[in-house]
Amino acid sequence: MLNRNLCNSALGTLLLALTGCKGGVLDPKGQIGIDEKNLIIIATVLMLIVVIPVIVMTLYFAWKYRDGQDHEVYAPKWAHSTKIEAAVWAIPIVIVIILGVITWQSTQELDPYKPLEGKGEHLTVEVVSLNWKWLFIYPEQGIASVNELVFPANVPVEYKITSQSTMNSFFIPQLGSQIYSMAGMETKLHLIANEPGTFKGFSANYSGAGFTGMKFNAIATPTQADFDTWVNKVKSQKNTLYKADYDALAQPSENNPVSYFSDVEEGLFHTIVMKYMQAHGDMNKKHKALPEHSGHTMHSEGEE
Amino acid sequence: MSLFGKLTLDAIPFHEPILMVTMAVVVIAAALIATLVTKYNKWGVLWHDWITSIDHKRLGVMYIILALIMLFRGFSDAIMMRAQLALATSGAPGYLPPEHYDQIFTAHGVIMIIFMAMPFMIGLMNIILPLQIGARDVAFPFLNNLSFWLTAGGAILINISLFCGEFARTGWVAYPPLSEMSFSPGVGVDYYIWALQISGIGTLLTAVNFLVTVFKMRAPGMRLMQMPIFTWTCTWANILIAASFPILTAVLTMLTLDRYLDFHFFTNEAGGNAMMYINLFWAWGHPEVYILILPAFGIFSEVISTFTGKRLFGYKSMVYASGAISILGFIVWLHHFFTMGSSANVNAFFGVMTMVIAVPTGVKLFNWLFTIYRGRLRFTVPVLWTLGFMVTFTVGGMTGVLLAIPGADYVLHNSLFLIAHFHNTIIGGAVFGYLAGFAFWFPKAMGFKLHEGWGRASFWCWLVGFFVAFMPLYVLGFLGMTRRLNHSNNPDWNIWLYIAFVGAVIIMFGIVFQVVQLFVSFKNREALKDTTGDPWNGHTLEWSTSSPPQYYNFATIPHVHDIDTWTDMKEKGQAYQQKSSYAPIHMPKNTSAGVMMSACFTTFCFAMIWHIWWLAIVGVIAGAAVFFKRCYTSDIDYYVQPEEILEIESAHNASATTFNQGKEFSA
Repeated sequence: MLNRNLCNSALGTLLLALTGCKGGVLDPKGQIGIDEKNLIIIATVLMLIVVIPVIVMTLYFAWKYRDGQDHEVYAPKWAHSTKIEAAVWAIPIVIVIILGVITWQSTQELDPYKPLEGKGEHLTVEVVSLNWKWLFIYPEQGIASVNELVFPANVPVEYKITSQSTMNSFFIPQLGSQIYSMAGMETKLHLIANEPGTFKGFSANYSGAGFTGMKFNAIATPTQADFDTWVNKVKSQKNTLYKADYDALAQPSENNPVSYFSDVEEGLFHTIVMKYMQAHGDMNKKHKALPEHSGHTMHSEGEE
Repeated sequence: MSLFGKLTLDAIPFHEPILMVTMAVVVIAAALIATLVTKYNKWGVLWHDWITSIDHKRLGVMYIILALIMLFRGFSDAIMMRAQLALATSGAPGYLPPEHYDQIFTAHGVIMIIFMAMPFMIGLMNIILPLQIGARDVAFPFLNNLSFWLTAGGAILINISLFCGEFARTGWVAYPPLSEMSFSPGVGVDYYIWALQISGIGTLLTAVNFLVTVFKMRAPGMRLMQMPIFTWTCTWANILIAASFPILTAVLTMLTLDRYLDFHFFTNEAGGNAMMYINLFWAWGHPEVYILILPAFGIFSEVISTFTGKRLFGYKSMVYASGAISILGFIVWLHHFFTMGSSANVNAFFGVMTMVIAVPTGVKLFNWLFTIYRGRLRFTVPVLWTLGFMVTFTVGGMTGVLLAIPGADYVLHNSLFLIAHFHNTIIGGAVFGYLAGFAFWFPKAMGFKLHEGWGRASFWCWLVGFFVAFMPLYVLGFLGMTRRLNHSNNPDWNIWLYIAFVGAVIIMFGIVFQVVQLFVSFKNREALKDTTGDPWNGHTLEWSTSSPPQYYNFATIPHVHDIDTWTDMKEKGQAYQQKSSYAPIHMPKNTSAGVMMSACFTTFCFAMIWHIWWLAIVGVIAGAAVFFKRCYTSDIDYYVQPEEILEIESAHNASATTFNQGKEFSA
């Protein structure tokens, strides 16, 4: 009874989750996401090698040694066995060593700061989380959009991420890893879509009242030409994004519709990252404003 | 600035029907209790025997009452959230707007961890630990009373926030810059800070108190490696508290300075850095989860070895495994934010360290299994909780190791998978453990056993409810649902959100049955009475005392020769020995200083929250005055006279012996 209930519900949901997912982490459409899905499955299977026997043994022992049975042996003083103790330390140690090696290697390979090798030139997108919307700046194209992210499929994208104010997390589950966006700092993420499609993106770190509405569509276009068409569409808009426009946009607002900016002030992203450093200089009149490159940038050690 | 600082009548949420009804219920319940106390003329008993008591057993009972009340509050928050998410699907807004909903999930987390789990754990430790080591009380009985009232003060503050002002809307971690003045200008975060601060100090004092007790007050003969396993796991937890709670105190102080005096520790501006807060918070927060789970591990060990009628398998392994968990618990905090952008080497290091904790935890599971092996397991309620734990926690441990792999965490972080994981370990581990300990030690604390049938019903509802409520959250995590969403618009999620709500309802029945169990057991307390003091044929010294134990615990301090001292004494025929004379016993006197000090400091905190500066000054000076008065009081102890001891002991031994002989005749 206990056995059936528990195992069924635990394994049942697990299997359902593994097979029946649409649009989630287990339905990846990009290389990073695919690698991460495989990592999850390998690690889970490895752990089940210990977990299932422990659950079965628990129920079996509890049933077999229940009171009121005619037990052949009852050993109330038996409390030590070097062999068993060695085994109960050794089994988890072996599993953890295997998992540890997998962890070390996979963490190096899936480092979000690492450019994707052998996939060609990266497209750069600068991501700013605002209360409560996402701003995507395309420095190479000189355009920007709110709550819509467009890029060609099969082209790796380098995301430079920061925040205007509160902390958020930039996440497109079907493409893979997420990274925090933090004010006054720049974090990095590299993702690719292996096929065209529209994927859900959102903030995965609570940031206040309008947090739930911080959603965007991440659209991977079938070809570079389709992407260029989109760029031209944006460029044909009237709205521009200069410092004053940005300050207006930065005012808190919720459930913003998609909007485009045909022209973006040069170095706007850098200004956003550095603005607190400049304020810091103002507040301490004794010190000169710090040189711009000394801002807090989260660098991945050894990789740069 | 007005006389009452920021406090005006607007702080009372007249326009919120849910809150006004809740407030009315609380007022009516309080009035009812006050009427009953007056009717039965129990105000004196309440004051002299409970509120001012420095008896560790009574303080333990009060801690657990606090924990149960807070369980109701925290669970009400939980089921409101599940109802909101079940209603607010496919773009519907649900019934809770974000400003209300965001307070609820913050309060749920803070209450369940700080004011439900911690008091429950500390309550059980209070009742049992001194008895297990053969001590007459803790090292500092007055401090123990003060600790309790400081914790209660924190709980009162957090509940006042419901009807006066607001609570934080930041999530229970209160990450800056969101929790800074620029983004949270209301009093909510201040309630959070001061409630955590005052109860945190209470917890820290408790840890110091129990560490001194364990190291200085063990019965003669009891070496450290002969301490009962529950005492050992509590000791490890207390070491963790003593080492980690000061970090919480410090980080909250820094946040306070940011908010009150315009410091810039964690602000965006002027060189502040929120990442510092996040690191410091988890340097406390991760040890905190082991503080919750280690005593529960101790309870499972005691329950399993008692009800299989065997010694605990691998006692030394258990002690060292607990120690390893405690030490490792300090070097894994970064796994709470792999996604912050640390380098691959840093993330990999913390991931691997986290996995290493699975080793000592796995050892513990195997040792419980081999304790059952060749035993005679009695399927009592505490055993059901333990078996339920062993199955549930194994799943939770597995998902925990999965989250420890940075590559997996990059897609599972902050998702409902994470929510499912930590509820899997905290409910399936800590809460099941406390409820096992509750059923196991209830007769010791109260003198009668709990009704088994209702206990079993409650267990099954909790267990089934847990799986129904939280397995869907694992699925939702995989489906890409993140935490703290107010509403959703994804048809694939709906079914899982509905199932999770049903699970919460099943858990609610588990809680209701627990209350029914208490009520039924109290009504039948004569039939369920524990006359021997040893209802389960226990192994350790707490079972050598009467149920409930005398206020002095032990008429003569026993001499310890074995880990399972009480079993050893029973086998050697040294149990229930009547002496012809006793030495006087030195005991501490009750004092009102603890509750008075806490009242002053709670007032101080309330005044700080609302910027009522004069009241804050009054509160802190009054609290200090009570403290110094207490320091210079010399009338703090007395001696229990031998005649009185003889009378009490004869009565207990007579009833225990009669009962044991009766058992032999009927056998």
